[in-house]
Amino acid sequence: MKILVCMSVVPDTTTKISFIENNTKFNTQGVQFIINPYDELSLTKAIELVEKNGGTVTVATVGLADTEPVIRKALAIGANDAIRINAEPKDGLQVASLLAEIVKNNGYDLVLTGRESIDYNGGQICGLIAELLQWPAVNVCTKIDFADGSMQFERDIDGGRQNVSSKLPVVASAQKDLCEPRIPNMKGIMAARTKPLTVVEPNSNEIGSDFYQFENPVAKQAVRMIDANQAGDLINILKNEIKILS
Amino acid sequence: MIGIYAELSEGKFKKSVLEAASYANQISASGVIAFCVGEVSNEEIQKLSKYGVSKIVVCNASEFDSQNYTKQLTEAILKENIQTLIVANTYEGKSLSARLSISLNASLATNVISLPETSNGFSVKRSVFSGKGFAYVKLTKDKKVISITPNSIDLVEKPTEIITEKLDSNISESQTKITGTHKAAGKIPLTEAEIVVSAGRGLKGPENWGMVEELADLLGAATACSKPVSDMGWRPHSEHVGQTGITIKPNLYIAIGISGAIQHLAGVSSSKVIVAINKDPEAPFFKAADIGIVGDAFEILPQIIAAAKTNLN
Repeated sequence: MKILVCMSVVPDTTTKISFIENNTKFNTQGVQFIINPYDELSLTKAIELVEKNGGTVTVATVGLADTEPVIRKALAIGANDAIRINAEPKDGLQVASLLAEIVKNNGYDLVLTGRESIDYNGGQICGLIAELLQWPAVNVCTKIDFADGSMQFERDIDGGRQNVSSKLPVVASAQKDLCEPRIPNMKGIMAARTKPLTVVEPNSNEIGSDFYQFENPVAKQAVRMIDANQAGDLINILKNEIKILS
Repeated sequence: MIGIYAELSEGKFKKSVLEAASYANQISASGVIAFCVGEVSNEEIQKLSKYGVSKIVVCNASEFDSQNYTKQLTEAILKENIQTLIVANTYEGKSLSARLSISLNASLATNVISLPETSNGFSVKRSVFSGKGFAYVKLTKDKKVISITPNSIDLVEKPTEIITEKLDSNISESQTKITGTHKAAGKIPLTEAEIVVSAGRGLKGPENWGMVEELADLLGAATACSKPVSDMGWRPHSEHVGQTGITIKPNLYIAIGISGAIQHLAGVSSSKVIVAINKDPEAPFFKAADIGIVGDAFEILPQIIAAAKTNLN
């Protein structure tokens, strides 16, 4: 089984988010970058599938040269090789188009993504790639397995879970619970240094959207007190003002 | 023309569909067309007419497959000459909005929380960095697919007449097959819960957890507890949130009778909205909370439970 894992390089989960240049850019100063946690799950699952069924795991990232240390980490975890598409990621359409091109050129049986990246949270890549390739897709998977010649998935649906089977090729996205991420060991780290990391130039740069301005959420205000005799108002505030209940 | 994808869940339109309709009728000068796939009753269709939907196109029923649904919807949407399609950002909506943006050659924005700004192009506001920021995104293609976050758009009624049209397209065989569906029954896992109701020593004993569970049930929440409570064996360790327990970041965290020690706050402080209920007005939790109520849990909780019963769906 030939698997492509699409990986996004994102700020560490503990990063304090701020913006620079008149709030037009994310401030990367002092930020530690990591493998997008959901992509790390799909990478681990890909390695598990290959250990069971044979095959290879390739990691692909759209990013500039500064993403290479993070790509090496993916190789240390166990990917066989990696492809870096040398472009600054701008939006979902651009990233998905470049990744779909890799799939067309190299031929894969299974393409895995994360359910979303933790920076832009778009949750778009799985569906975009699938439609570009005219492949089926199964989103937000909590289980992925290969048995009797077909893929078996369990996915989150609104209000529950669902089992889905699909023939190959297929695109799927990883949700929490899919597996436990692996920590690279010393042998893996040593091996990663010499595993192939191919750099390819983008063949198009089509985008459909432009992130032109950012802002931080309004800072936490002083606690709002509700009178103990009116405690039921809490529900009203949560439902109609904060809109967190329905 | 503006369209919406009207997702059917067991033959019904959920609130998120009505929000999509409300969004669409605020940006449309000439009516809104809804697109749905599957069997739908006239009663449900009439629901949409209350929110400005003047036509609904019903595509052939089939088991959900994002590729197949996209094919049918694309045919219907192109026929109606839709410029902008509004989709609710549910799991199903998300899996379709991305595909439809490709098949329609449209710009795509997901997690959208505002109506578009059209003074200079067409842009929308969306959340980014897991809620730690917001972005303004300009959609540069002529056609747009906008996926809106549930509960971010107010319902706006605009009663209108609705006509129904059936579209009989050829359904090709799905590449995926659904082999089982389990709607969640019983407990919601703590780390995945969007709402968590948590209680501490203020509850006085394990026998009093009934009202914590009742409130959690009403809110669709998971239950959690403080460290002392799990140390004393009142609740299982798996419910303990805090520095040495589980770290959670639900949308709503309600802490009842928990003082708010720094170790507890470490596990819950990234919750979007924190409600603290404690009889001690000096409890540190009130400094980390968005909403506070000073009072005894045994007096406060019954009021909240009663209000939840009357005001929530």
